[in-house]
Amino acid sequence: MKHEIYILHGGLLSTIQDRGRFGFMKVGVSPAGAMDLFSLSIANLLVGNNLGEAVLETMYAGVQIEFGCDETIAITGASSAAYINESEVPLWQSLEVKKGDVLHIKSPSTGIFNYIAFSRGIAIPKIMGSKSTHLRSGIGGWKGRAIQAGDAIPLGEKMKSSPDLMLRKEKRPVYTKEKTLRVVLGPQDDHFTEEGVQTFLRSPYTITAQSDRMGYRLEGPPITHKTSADVISDGSAHGSIQVPGSAQPIVLLSDRGTTGGYAKIATLIAEDICTLSQMTPGSTVFFTTVTEQEANRLFRQFITETEKSLTSIRDPKQKQLVITVAGKEYSIKIKKLD
Amino acid sequence: MLYSQAVFRTAGDRSIVMEFANAIDPYVLSKIRSMAAAVEDQPDLFIEEILPTYCSLQFFFCPLLTTPDVLRNKLREIEKSLPPSSSVRHRRVEIPILYGGDAGADLPFVAKHNGLSQKEVIDIHSHGDYLVYMLGFTPGFAYMGGMDKRISTPRLMQPRIKIPAGSCGIAGDQTGIYPIDSPGGWQLIGKTPLKLFDPFSDHPVLLQAGDKICFVPIDEDEFHHIIHLTEAGIYIPSISEEQTP
Repeated sequence: MKHEIYILHGGLLSTIQDRGRFGFMKVGVSPAGAMDLFSLSIANLLVGNNLGEAVLETMYAGVQIEFGCDETIAITGASSAAYINESEVPLWQSLEVKKGDVLHIKSPSTGIFNYIAFSRGIAIPKIMGSKSTHLRSGIGGWKGRAIQAGDAIPLGEKMKSSPDLMLRKEKRPVYTKEKTLRVVLGPQDDHFTEEGVQTFLRSPYTITAQSDRMGYRLEGPPITHKTSADVISDGSAHGSIQVPGSAQPIVLLSDRGTTGGYAKIATLIAEDICTLSQMTPGSTVFFTTVTEQEANRLFRQFITETEKSLTSIRDPKQKQLVITVAGKEYSIKIKKLD
Repeated sequence: MLYSQAVFRTAGDRSIVMEFANAIDPYVLSKIRSMAAAVEDQPDLFIEEILPTYCSLQFFFCPLLTTPDVLRNKLREIEKSLPPSSSVRHRRVEIPILYGGDAGADLPFVAKHNGLSQKEVIDIHSHGDYLVYMLGFTPGFAYMGGMDKRISTPRLMQPRIKIPAGSCGIAGDQTGIYPIDSPGGWQLIGKTPLKLFDPFSDHPVLLQAGDKICFVPIDEDEFHHIIHLTEAGIYIPSISEEQTP
């Protein structure tokens, strides 16, 4: 039995991602990492991994994977129909798959990215401390590129038995076509006219099709600069919103460059970066400000709630036994009748 | 120019910006470097990553372990304790360049644009004293200052789709080297056999902010010899340490 997954269909854009590559921004290396870090973390927790283990991030649909070994997996993120062989399987919970099973993810009704976590972990080397793929510089992940049909990707040796967990239904994100996103103003809100800042905070902005893992380009009423859009190049934080000369905002996401020369009006808070990343082109966003102190409180709350949001999927009235008869394993479910 | 004390800027829920000046200047660079060095020694600040740029330091911190207010107060204390003009160590890095020919297809244009011979362009470029202000744009790309304006040349009208790693170019008053294959519009005057970015190395990036750079002209034989040694993992670039008073 080979500890591998075989890619039958790579889908639109599927890459290996973890939380990102940190410590090298000062030498120009983009952090990359999962677009929706909430879904990444939950997928990992559902298979008993550490939060930041590398997973497969898929975009929209089409990915088909055959398992070369038994494995515990979990799928989170976009509301896609996922099938193992012919049966539809639930998202946001631990799943057991057998050698030879084929997982197929079909078009999501809402959202963009799905995350598939493997309890064995993806057995590829870390490049500069991370397994994340950065497509533009061709580093990390699987040969520095998106996965494609024919790839055989190694998993770790040790499978964790299914923790039988699910994300509580009320904690599951609902992806919609309109959302208000929270930002902290700055670092260069003083580069914009008072009117420009008010326009930014009061107007709807539409996500355009010119959006990718580097950033989402938005379209809406022009955000006016005091003099020019240019600043002396400085750092780009995850979720910072730059406004070039076009006066249209661009939200900088996972694959962003580390530095840039356009004024940045505001920065999204962590939770809302996850929300935005799952919004499809054509969706509308509004921005509202929170103070830095409030943003800090919201971050702590987001992290602690994520950790408390899982629950057992095991029916307390039901027990599962594995028995061996004549060398063959049988799984038996025993349920107490009321 | 340099502010009497740094200005803090908000940058979301996990980072803050500390801005020291509003102009590009070697003195600002040494201030930034001495502040970064002082902060790096202090684990109790819960800073995860420091990003130095032309005029500022961006601090990425763990929001579970500290708050922006606490961090700003501590950074302000450190700033006050810095000596007024500290002498900073820097490295001098020699970068061999094969000028002209296929390696530097735009050398004839750069010469013609400035009314110089190709040899004069090479002499001016390789006699300059360059300072790395920051890295960004792509992995290992160094923003350098100090190019002689006599060889300034505007970017190409039509950018190239793919420029090979190691290519050395001029764009306006700037010069730089492409660390990875990338599209770009710089006028190419030569190529270095050195790897400016190698993700598989223990030291993935050759240059760092604060480095002084000089370009050394080499011929085609030396170029291939250095490539050969680099691939074998036995080439040691010429890097020396100096102290700026």
